[in-house]
Amino acid sequence: MKKTLFDKVWDAHVVDAIDNGPQILYIDKHLIHEVTSPQAFNELNDRNIPIFRPNQIVATADHNTPTENQHLPVPDDLSRHQLEQLAKNCTANNITLYELGHKYNGIVHVMAPELGVTQPGMTMVCGDSHTSTHGAFGTIAFGIGTSQVAQVFASQCLLLTKPKSLRVTVNGTLKKGVLPKDVILYIISKLGTNSGTGYFCEYAGNVFENMSMEGRMTVCNMSIEMGARGGMIAPDETTFEYIKGREFAPKGTDFEKKVAYWKTLPTDDGATFDKEYTFDAEDIEPMITYGTNPGMGIKISETIPNSESESDKKSLAYMNFTAGESLIGKPINYVFIGSCTNSRIEDFRVAANYIKGKQKADNITAWLVPGSRQVETQIIEEGLKDIFEAAGFELRQPGCSACLAMNDDKIPQGEYCVSTSNRNFEGRQGQGSRTILASPLVAAATAVEGTIIDVSKQFV
Amino acid sequence: MEKFSTLTSTAIPLKISNVDTDQIIPARFLKATDKKGFGDNLFRDWRYDKQEKLIPDFALNNTKYSGSILVAGDNFGCGSSREHAAWALAGYGFKVIVSSFFADIFKGNALNNGLLPIQVSEEILEQLFAAINNNAEVQFKINLETQTLAVLGTQIETTFDIDPYKKTCLINGYDDIDYLLSKKDKIEAFELQKTHLI
Repeated sequence: MKKTLFDKVWDAHVVDAIDNGPQILYIDKHLIHEVTSPQAFNELNDRNIPIFRPNQIVATADHNTPTENQHLPVPDDLSRHQLEQLAKNCTANNITLYELGHKYNGIVHVMAPELGVTQPGMTMVCGDSHTSTHGAFGTIAFGIGTSQVAQVFASQCLLLTKPKSLRVTVNGTLKKGVLPKDVILYIISKLGTNSGTGYFCEYAGNVFENMSMEGRMTVCNMSIEMGARGGMIAPDETTFEYIKGREFAPKGTDFEKKVAYWKTLPTDDGATFDKEYTFDAEDIEPMITYGTNPGMGIKISETIPNSESESDKKSLAYMNFTAGESLIGKPINYVFIGSCTNSRIEDFRVAANYIKGKQKADNITAWLVPGSRQVETQIIEEGLKDIFEAAGFELRQPGCSACLAMNDDKIPQGEYCVSTSNRNFEGRQGQGSRTILASPLVAAATAVEGTIIDVSKQFV
Repeated sequence: MEKFSTLTSTAIPLKISNVDTDQIIPARFLKATDKKGFGDNLFRDWRYDKQEKLIPDFALNNTKYSGSILVAGDNFGCGSSREHAAWALAGYGFKVIVSSFFADIFKGNALNNGLLPIQVSEEILEQLFAAINNNAEVQFKINLETQTLAVLGTQIETTFDIDPYKKTCLINGYDDIDYLLSKKDKIEAFELQKTHLI
């Protein structure tokens, strides 16, 4: 039988099935962080259940961490307590933790791939919906709730009903200035925020084949924003090359053996999907969102569409935008380049390349937050930090930061923020904040101009 | 986990689509390390203004409405995987959420906390909103065993789907950990077989 990439990985991990019910899926790697794990540790403690496979768990501190003065004690009492709790739980259970200040610390979806923890053909979970990021490697990776974190702690398995399959194919040549973020924002704007619910999505076509691993991670990261539990891209030479030599990657003949297995994973010719969509790369332009869900996106050159829906009207009222309006020329005071979507080295290279020789607009507060300590080091080593500082930008320390504003990096009430993150929900970046999602290029251009500009015009 | 079999209650209407988990429980309230107290901050920024004053128009603040059933718009619970959203809804006193569509992770989280998500057609959802609008005191009757939802004194009666395994769990108060631990032998045998994958 012809199988999809998803089928191959899923089927290889089914331990057992309940008649008329879910399957028991084995989980290879479990990533945890400070916010969604403490209650799961408590649950096991209360029931006197040991952690089943501590060596298959990797922990980091990222969601609730400050992005400056990380060498000092965390000032906020509740946050400090949550971080201490993670450290205590990891020590007590022999779990590897890359805590604040560790050279491997970073956003869970940035640090795990860069350490080679993420590998093709694996099943991976984390108490975070953007776990879909790891699908860029041909991995079944998805976000779970805290009850499921406890289940994986107890048994290294989950009870799940196999999702349906969806394939999104994009072929053609991307225009200059169109980045992976624009590709995924475009797809979500066309398909809506719940088209993927109940599905696992495979991204196929030469646009994804030609993308770097960083770009593929950006795309897979936002699968959840169209409702899909996860997104996957077939592993290929780009994938193997990225993994090779990383800290936890297999070495020598082990690596060769794995590669031989990984090469069997791509979807068979003739395999069928429950749902398919196809788009042309030429139709995609730099994108921007105007509403309060990631599906409310337009090409930067377009105007906000009319909608009769009460929810859309509520959304526009929140954003203080009107239908028919263009966002070009909108004064913006805040820019955020960071998050598990766009905080990898490539994202900062794009931003630095645009910013080089220019100056940050006076009205702009810009937060540049690397996804990990390793990305931070790379930014410094490649001289990008010097470019940012010469242009009036400040580089902060790694973490989730203003993507969800659990720490002090909050956008003030009523202010717009052009952000490279993944969610523009009401108040996501701080109470009353208004988020406009965009690529690192659009974010950098906004920071230089102080208003939204049509970056596509700069490449004509 | 708390058991669930039947419920008769009035319902609170939240006629908004795409209610995301950041609205259900904003990120700034996720610093706790236990499951208590999240109900106090349910829909915090829709219930209270910046000065911490109640926003009277919001359905949960409208004294006309009460009950342990929330009837919400399409695609309820989208966004973050935070189970704190389910804890907040349950902590506030909700036992059932009715919508025409639920986001995946939220649905699983709700079921793992004894909070029943009931998916109905868009047409039925409209009828439910209309029934509450017509009479805020109207009683909903939910029976998990027969998988039915009825609005008493009206013609509205519908069945709903639920995974049979999850139904058994809810009725008996079992959770997935109990089941998975009972399968440990199979899991260990699988590990021995599949060492090349790990």
